[in-house]
Amino acid sequence: MSEKLLEIKDLHSMYRTDDDDIYALNGVNISVKKGETLGLVGETGAGKTTTALSIMRLLPDKVGIITQGEIIFKGKNILNVDEKEMRSIRGNDISMIFQDPMTSLNPIHTVGKQIGEVIRLHNPQLDNDDIELKVDEMMEMVGIPAERKIEYPHQFSGGMKQRIVIAIALACSPKLLLADEPTTALDVTIQIQVLQMMSDLKEKFDTSMILITHDLGVVAQICDSVAIMYAGEIIEIGTVEDIFEAKEHHPYTIGLFGSIPDMTKKTKRLNPIDGLMPDPTEIISGCRFADRCPKRMEICEKVSPENYINNTHQIKCHLFTGKIKDDAANEIIGGN
Amino acid sequence: MLKYIIKRILWIIPVILGVSFFIFFIMDFTPGDPAIMILGEGAKPEEYEALRNEMGLNDNFFVRYIRYVSNALKGDFGRSYRTNIPVFEEITSRLPYTLNLAVTSTIIAIIIGLPLGVLSAVKQYTAIDNISLGISLILTSMPAFWFALMCILLFSLKLEWLPSLGADSWKHFILPAAAACTNTLASTLRMTRSTMLEEIRQDYIRTARAKGAKEKTVIFGHALRNALLPVVTVIGVNFGLALGGTIVIEQVFALPGLGQLMINAVRSKDVPMVIASILFSAIIASLVNLLVDIVYVYIDPRLKSEYSTVKAKKV
Amino acid sequence: MTEVKNNKLDTKEDVLKKAHQFKKKSQAKTVWIRYKRNKLGMFGLIVFCLMAVAVLSANGYLDYEEQAIAQNLSERFMSPSAEHVFGTDQYGRDVFARIIYGGRISMFVGMATILISLSAGALIGASAAYYGGKIDNILMRIMDVFLAIPNMLMAITLVAAFGSSLFNLILAMGISNIPRMSRIVRSAVLNVKGQDYVEAAIACGTPDSRVIFKHILPNAMGPILVQVTQTVARTVITVSSLSFIGLGISEPTPEWGAMLSEAKSQLRYYPYLAIVPGVAIVMMVMSLTLVGDGLRDALDPRLKN
Repeated sequence: MSEKLLEIKDLHSMYRTDDDDIYALNGVNISVKKGETLGLVGETGAGKTTTALSIMRLLPDKVGIITQGEIIFKGKNILNVDEKEMRSIRGNDISMIFQDPMTSLNPIHTVGKQIGEVIRLHNPQLDNDDIELKVDEMMEMVGIPAERKIEYPHQFSGGMKQRIVIAIALACSPKLLLADEPTTALDVTIQIQVLQMMSDLKEKFDTSMILITHDLGVVAQICDSVAIMYAGEIIEIGTVEDIFEAKEHHPYTIGLFGSIPDMTKKTKRLNPIDGLMPDPTEIISGCRFADRCPKRMEICEKVSPENYINNTHQIKCHLFTGKIKDDAANEIIGGN
Repeated sequence: MLKYIIKRILWIIPVILGVSFFIFFIMDFTPGDPAIMILGEGAKPEEYEALRNEMGLNDNFFVRYIRYVSNALKGDFGRSYRTNIPVFEEITSRLPYTLNLAVTSTIIAIIIGLPLGVLSAVKQYTAIDNISLGISLILTSMPAFWFALMCILLFSLKLEWLPSLGADSWKHFILPAAAACTNTLASTLRMTRSTMLEEIRQDYIRTARAKGAKEKTVIFGHALRNALLPVVTVIGVNFGLALGGTIVIEQVFALPGLGQLMINAVRSKDVPMVIASILFSAIIASLVNLLVDIVYVYIDPRLKSEYSTVKAKKV
Repeated sequence: MTEVKNNKLDTKEDVLKKAHQFKKKSQAKTVWIRYKRNKLGMFGLIVFCLMAVAVLSANGYLDYEEQAIAQNLSERFMSPSAEHVFGTDQYGRDVFARIIYGGRISMFVGMATILISLSAGALIGASAAYYGGKIDNILMRIMDVFLAIPNMLMAITLVAAFGSSLFNLILAMGISNIPRMSRIVRSAVLNVKGQDYVEAAIACGTPDSRVIFKHILPNAMGPILVQVTQTVARTVITVSSLSFIGLGISEPTPEWGAMLSEAKSQLRYYPYLAIVPGVAIVMMVMSLTLVGDGLRDALDPRLKN
């Protein structure tokens, strides 16, 4: 069993604006092993991007604050390192790909220069020729002819731009790649291409990856394990088999799967999950999903559930934590 | 590239012709008889008539206009009604001084305004930002000539450090330049600040930080390079305003520039002088704008690639 | 056993109730609320309103002829006192009265200028934006010709030909600001026209007039209003500059620029004559600029943070 590359413990992050305090992450616990691909799944606003930005410590200046928790990377809590060391980690040990390729590249630098920049930053010992060679190598690897490195971002299509972004992210062979919905902004046909390429490169460099997505199909294809996020918490986590094939699930997960339209059957209506995510400006006691949960119990609104652990599969729900199960069973026996 | 430059130059010609037409047309309404102005009150009616015919003043408007333009292209802008000296001569002798003032004030404005704008943006909401904004607010709210008067009050009269009138030495240049640059400085500062603020919030800045780039590189290598583009275009506009402003400044300091010439001409209804001096100013302002536009295409790679002859394939 | 929630869809009443929770206040009100939070903007607005009140009610506490115009050589160059709040000038006229009446002229010229340049500019700009194509091209080319002449010079040209009466000055300022106004209106209308919500409104069959008045105009008003304050501010300075060089308002009408022109020769011994009108100009222009900035920030709060 390979050691944990990244371990996030009880992470709390918030955004402090003029109007409100937004509690984006409320105790996130995740770990990623070497070479593993973890899918981070959830609705918009669940806190997936905030988690990634927190790892990179790139939350918006002054507005975004990490209030609690630890992020252990290669055995060290990177929340405590100084900015200089963090900069040597960014782009080098941990890289991030963002969602919108159209705006992620600097419009007035050539793409070659932009790829070269990250190599230069972390490899001061290389001279210009070596850097150029490496740039060429990365471009070919993502399927773009090296001659095009003198061109500017606006001369490329969306799919190609995203490939350049990937080239930049992988140029220094990072141990961990954070990919925030890398294919959402692309055409469906290009999506598959890009995902496949990411998967191949990942194998080649033995990079671990956290893939943020709301597309369960993608998760099934390339992830090793999956974490399901809701309102700033991880409510279920497990291997891809656990999530797709096990019998027990968090009610939210059931809702998620149930809301995917089945292309083989004819239905009159879709099955969305009723209601909306709770207001992130409010502090909630009890389970954050209780409001919308079809299996809600009295205790759910008062007490925050603990993690039910079944080997690799964890579910944060009162339905499964032993004590409640037994109590409920006793009630039935006693009450009747 | 060359094609673009030629296109822009060709486009400027009808604009300048339009300007000349407009000025000529408006000045045609000027009351007063040039013949009387030149010959004085005492001459006989036939003499006035003869002079008017000689000057072509009895011809129809369009004939006069076309004659004016064709003469102008040869460098003949007529003679001053007042002094009878060729207008072109008078203007070219005064022009350098005015240009000097306008260019210097623009340069000072950029040298001070640009860095302050960047600093303001990077340290938004701090004391530096507030002070810069305060200064630029006061500078835009103040007429430049009043600032000039206050400078004279303080530096010439009270402290006696600098002279206030005339144009004899470099010392005479300091206060006028300072007064002339106030508006442009404030405008450059505010413009730079706002474009920087916008650029810092762009996604590609986040990418740069995610690469592990130093903050200095992010600000100067990434944000500023992009932020400068709109600022450059504004320089062209500001130059035109600066040119208009120097006219008034020259009055305050009694400087022998184009402004004095123009104002005296207006007061004495010296039509050829007025037309020519305004036309010259408008042409210079247009040329500066043209220059700025061309420079802009060179520094914005998005346009450069569009206009360059080596067109890369778009996939 | 665990409860099972009733999975029926919300009733119509429930949906309506939820919708009303999010009912938007009218846009103008929202902008005003945001504007109020801006301390500088409010400060500017208050100062400007105070000046407006002082100036408009002038005849209530001042006498124009007696104090601002009539010369009183026995009372020249008096220092500020209870009787003459700002002292008197070289002709014995009360400076305070001249300042107030000068303010009236500045405001009047400013407003009149806006009236001309906004109406003509809006017509031209909106037509260009609405019809597009050739008409847009021609109109904007013509505007380019006017824009090639710096503001000040345009005004000088018109004054040179038509003389420097108040009317001509207003006309000159109005005309010289038309090109800029038309550009602003054109770009504001184009911007709004291209927005998805306008397309959506048209797609649901909204009649043209409603599209224009309910969707396009309210959203285009913002940048136009900001430009209006800036134009008035600029006009005040230009008019005073013109008067300063003798091509604007002339004696004996009290105008701040003209007052400064006279004060220039007295600079050595009576500097206050040069300071007071200048401060008045700064106050008026600054308050207008602050209002414009406040409006701009209130209209698009994204720009702030």
